[in-house]
Amino acid sequence: MAVRRIDLMLCTGTGCVAGGAFRIKDTIENEITKYGLQNEVSVVITGCNGSCGQGPLMVVQPDGIFYGWLKPEDIPFLVQEHFLKGRPVKRLMFVPLERKEPVPLMSNIPFFQKQMLIVLRNKGIIDPEKIDEYIARDGYTAIEKVLPLMKPDEVIEEIMRSGLRGRGGAGFPTGRKWKVCSDERKFPKYIIGNCDEGDPGAYMDRSLFESDPHSVIEGMTIAAYAIGASRGYIYVRTEYPLAIRRMQIALSQARDYGLLGKKILGSDFDFDVEIREGSGAFVCGEETSLIHSIEGKSPEPRQRPPFPAQIGIWGCPTVINNVETLATVPVIINRGADWFSKIGTATSKGTKIFSLVGKINNTGLIEVPMGIALREIIYEIGGGIPKNKKFKAVQTGGPSGGCIPNNLIGLPIDYESLTKSGSMMGSGGMIVMDEDTCMVDVAKFFIQFTNDESCGKCTACRDGSEALLEVLTRISEGEGKEGDVEFLEELGLAIKDASMCGLGTTLPNPILSTVRYFKDEYEAHIREKQCPARVCKKLIKYYVDPDRCVGCLLCVKTCPVSAIKGELKYIHIIDQSLCTKCGQCLEICPPRIAAVTKLTGKEARELQSLPGPIPVAEWKKTKSASKGDFRFTPYREETDREHRGDNEVP
Amino acid sequence: MIQFSQNAIKRVESLKKQYPTKDACLLPVLHMAQKEFGYISPEVMEYVAGLIGISPARVYGVATFYTMYNKKTVGKYHVQVCTNISCHLEGSAKILDTLKSVLGIEEDQTTPDKMFTLSSVECLGACGFGPVVQINDDYYEQCTEQKIKDIVSDLRKK
Ligand SMILES: Cc1cc2nc3c(=O)[nH]c(=O)nc-3n(C[C@H](O)[C@H](O)[C@H](O)COP(=O)(O)O)c2cc1C
Ligand code: FES
Repeated sequence: MAVRRIDLMLCTGTGCVAGGAFRIKDTIENEITKYGLQNEVSVVITGCNGSCGQGPLMVVQPDGIFYGWLKPEDIPFLVQEHFLKGRPVKRLMFVPLERKEPVPLMSNIPFFQKQMLIVLRNKGIIDPEKIDEYIARDGYTAIEKVLPLMKPDEVIEEIMRSGLRGRGGAGFPTGRKWKVCSDERKFPKYIIGNCDEGDPGAYMDRSLFESDPHSVIEGMTIAAYAIGASRGYIYVRTEYPLAIRRMQIALSQARDYGLLGKKILGSDFDFDVEIREGSGAFVCGEETSLIHSIEGKSPEPRQRPPFPAQIGIWGCPTVINNVETLATVPVIINRGADWFSKIGTATSKGTKIFSLVGKINNTGLIEVPMGIALREIIYEIGGGIPKNKKFKAVQTGGPSGGCIPNNLIGLPIDYESLTKSGSMMGSGGMIVMDEDTCMVDVAKFFIQFTNDESCGKCTACRDGSEALLEVLTRISEGEGKEGDVEFLEELGLAIKDASMCGLGTTLPNPILSTVRYFKDEYEAHIREKQCPARVCKKLIKYYVDPDRCVGCLLCVKTCPVSAIKGELKYIHIIDQSLCTKCGQCLEICPPRIAAVTKLTGKEARELQSLPGPIPVAEWKKTKSASKGDFRFTPYREETDREHRGDNEVP
Repeated sequence: MIQFSQNAIKRVESLKKQYPTKDACLLPVLHMAQKEFGYISPEVMEYVAGLIGISPARVYGVATFYTMYNKKTVGKYHVQVCTNISCHLEGSAKILDTLKSVLGIEEDQTTPDKMFTLSSVECLGACGFGPVVQINDDYYEQCTEQKIKDIVSDLRKK
């Protein structure tokens, strides 16, 4: 019998599936069979590997060789070379941006090097649809230890000592929450795993379900034992079909193994879990609203106290924890509170998963120790900003958070530092922005989101967000007035004071933090009617630089509203009254030429287009005479950094 | 008159027993109704209310709160464009505009042949690879104008 010598850990998280991971799987299996290797090489489908920017991807075990950006047509060659002849294929390995040579080993790729995997310890290593693989990696040993050997109070004590704090946003000490609930004398009690994950930019909870659902179930079971609950709910967004399916499989396997249900592992403890799907309302992530949603009521939040740990679902004591919080619990039980509390900072213990998205080279999920400097995340793990652009800010905490500007790049990432900087931890989305991002636009964006999602119960949140949006829209359209910024700040603080739930009390944060760090940008919009990042449509004009236009007709043909006039070898002219500012002309204009630019502020206002068509050749002759009228600082799209220097108009 | 299948009715009955209150099975039943009838019309709301034994007003209140319950008919392909922040930074507005012109409809409309419904939605949790478009249960990432045009024409051929 042949011995299986190679496992191919093929990522099948949502990102890689969208990239065609299952087609890759089929092709590999066909090729393996073709060479009769089916007993030696096996394809293991795993959950999200985290390095989603390189997907579809796989890791070859036991060597740990990492292949990314796989295409079905690469597979025959790969199978032949690597698995038949034993020669790893360099061409398909990952090449970090600043290096020339591919890095064969996953453990040497900078993206993975700085990470510390505790919650994601099994990601990309086990098949999430097989409980045995979780068990083989010490899965369910924590519950095995807890049930016969520890009293509920001892479990709570251990979690308290570990310093674990909630990963769902506010960072409430988990042990303390459990204690409050366990002290209540009313029964039954409930435990809820919160996987509503509505924060834009965050997807760690989805990935956790897709890569290691059993860790959540085990954590939840331990929590239930500690507080005395007999029933649990997992509240997950309908938008996550794959995550829901994997969790369903995991739950039924756990039931089959006697890890859920009556008399778990022969003890007197009964516990089972049910999945409840949310249906697209951001506010449902808020704990009291979530409870109303499960109860089938209109999911509006309610005043706290009483806290859900005292009076929760159907009036019974209920602990609500984020699912990442719960997945951390088994590790703490197994390795001890002392071990866990050594990781991180004085007040923020352990690791946190972040989703690194936006203008960053290595997008993906990362797990890092608390207290890591922002610089390490952006430059070492994230690989810096694409196209050599400048790092401007990072938004953490989603719509409840704020931005951290580039001069705070040394900031340690923990609950307190983030709050002090005007942002918050939130659920862990990190949206990276570069110099081409307009901060007024970002603030407007988040307010629009919270304004849409406000449930409408409190006036401050409902009408306040409307008023903020109105002013921000005015500013972004060049209609801003002196005093608008002060008004935003004042109203923002009032909304914070007067709202009931976390949605309202945090919604002004994106404005307050952008005003704090980027006031000059607001002022440019208001006073100069200028959008320095050239984003706000009403404040920019697209313009064909006659000095660079070669009359190739590309933009003329691309323009969806036929706003560009021109003939072959004639300088093209944009009719400003027709232009919808979609930017397609700028994109299509070849980087070599880079004739299409964006103007803003004074340049845009004083723009004089050419009066009529002029042949390119003629323009070149007369240009020295008339050039004075067209002196602008052309802005060129990213593709063209190197070409920028040579022909810059002074 | 609309009606659930026998199996579905059995499932509703068992759901009703599962929770301390009747209201609690409303969301799961509405999910089932959406799968079965395609969308939640006033008629469906009334039917569901009768089945569970709560007032239609209450069903209406809940069904309209959530965006994922379709209150209008939805085409064979529900094209949902994420317009949230990460996708916005990557240019989701252009993708939405392209879809509007390719499909010839505005947001929240359905093509006359009932093939496509277009909506914009909040974050789909695939933010690393914007712009993201979800069509029924499939995600399409890093969409470009060309890519989305190709996807639509592929679906048309199906
Ligand atoms: C508007 C709003 C949305 C929220 N969304 C989520 C969410 O998607 N996921 C989550 O775990 N917590 C969310 N929370 C926080 C929860 O209310 C709650 O604090 C958290 O689930 C508690 O878990 P933890 O102690 O483990 O952090 C949200 C809070 C607010 C105010
Ligand atoms: S912002 Fe579009 S998927 Fe998250």
